Amino acid sequence: MSTGPGILAPVTALGAATLRLLGEMGALFLFLADGLRLIFASPKQIPKILNQVFVIGSKSLFVILLIGVFTGMVLGLQGYYTLVKFGSEGLLGAAVALSLIRELGPVLTAIMVTGRAGSSMAAEIGVMRITDQIDALDVMDINPMAYLVSPRIAASLISFPLLTAVFDVVGILGGYVTGVTLLGINEGVYFYRIQTSVEMADITGGFMKSLLFAVIVATVSCYQGYFTHMRRDGVGPEGVSNSTTSAVVLSCVFVLVADYALTSFLL
Amino acid sequence: MRATSGWDIRLDALAVGYGDHVVLHDVNALLPAGEISMIIGGSGCGKSTLLRHVLGLQRPMAGTLSVGGRDLFTLAGRDFRKVRRRMGVLFQDGALLGSLTLGDNVALPLREHTGLPKATIRQIVLHKLALVGLADYADYYPNQLSGGMRKRAGLARAIVMDPPILLCDEPTSGLDPVNAARMDHLLLDMQANFPGMTIVVVSHDLRSLDAIANYVLMLHDGTAAFAGPVDALRASDDPYVRSFLDRRVDEDQRTEVSLAPEVQQALDAWLER
Repeated sequence: MSTGPGILAPVTALGAATLRLLGEMGALFLFLADGLRLIFASPKQIPKILNQVFVIGSKSLFVILLIGVFTGMVLGLQGYYTLVKFGSEGLLGAAVALSLIRELGPVLTAIMVTGRAGSSMAAEIGVMRITDQIDALDVMDINPMAYLVSPRIAASLISFPLLTAVFDVVGILGGYVTGVTLLGINEGVYFYRIQTSVEMADITGGFMKSLLFAVIVATVSCYQGYFTHMRRDGVGPEGVSNSTTSAVVLSCVFVLVADYALTSFLL
Repeated sequence: MRATSGWDIRLDALAVGYGDHVVLHDVNALLPAGEISMIIGGSGCGKSTLLRHVLGLQRPMAGTLSVGGRDLFTLAGRDFRKVRRRMGVLFQDGALLGSLTLGDNVALPLREHTGLPKATIRQIVLHKLALVGLADYADYYPNQLSGGMRKRAGLARAIVMDPPILLCDEPTSGLDPVNAARMDHLLLDMQANFPGMTIVVVSHDLRSLDAIANYVLMLHDGTAAFAGPVDALRASDDPYVRSFLDRRVDEDQRTEVSLAPEVQQALDAWLER
């Protein structure tokens, strides 16, 4: 008895989708490997990397400060009204600091930088692709990966931990404003609890996350822009628009998935 | 076929396309060194596709493509890049990097491939920009310039490494007649300023053909309809060559299509509202 094509169709579709996904992931990893290798291709990479540190890092600073301080303030507020139920409001400093350093600092920084710099990486490289600028680099014997992608990955690896550190510090200060200034927790208790509860492993874990997120955001964003012309869902400006959207959505999804995986590993 | 030496470009039984789709097949031509050759043909005939293959951006499906006597696609990576570095390319809209000024765009190959001091690079850049009449625009960004100026800046970048081969994709398309003529003159100037330079121009501009071409490769119907000196092209009595040069449409190629009467009526009624 033979099975009809109708019965096998969902299995075939699932198999095809799985193969496509695996192929795409493989291409992404090769793209990352090439990007990382070419960081060290020449000393001429240094000015390009510094320029991208300015674009990705320095230009994201304001939004990180803003989001960091309000996240800390909200944590202070929510934490206080939860802890006060158990008579433990003195632990507010520790709660705010640990939440920020272990989790919220790296994750929210990555998501904010994805929105601000990741989208611009995808759009800029995508426009360069559809206007022959990448082909122009190629025929000038300038490796487009080395010129466009590697400096962005390197700059992200430098910028993300620094921005995460800034986010953590202003977040703790935001928690201080709510907890100490507005809700009347003792200032000494707030900082003492931070000092006694935050360990070096919490800080290194947070920075490890930020380095992983830097690689994810830069690679996914550059990959989406670089292969804009291969998209099936749109060509030209529509392709760039779709690449930018994919870069932001996929970066955020991968950041959250990687966050869970790394947290499980670190705990 | 005339034999030439130096940086000539030879196409032997070349087939090019995308994926499984063959755009051109069995193309044979020699674009001689030191002369201006034009690749002409109707829109969509595969001129730009052929150029992408000459640039090494795509591999041909069959046949060989030799540049300066070396089969481009059998060369090892380093040798391939060495040959390609000898080509200057003017893309259709200049393809200047939007984040760099004109000066930085033109300086880019020098900065990446040479160890020349900044001051020397600046002098070379200003000289090349002066050759295309843009010496005063070195600090402008591409989006601050007209289409014609962007093309001229693209030309300055293409010649900054003094390449023996210059390839131009539709250099006069989208330009007004004065700027198109200016671009033609610039290409003639290139030939005068850089003796021995092989210049290949992809175009369908008949005025450019008259003004600059020494040699012509005409593409039609998926292959080379003509390859030879421009005088032989003008003397050709091939029907397609004549219709192209005389800008004439054959009666059997004219289209007479009309809407179904009821559809036309519905459209007219709507437009009269």
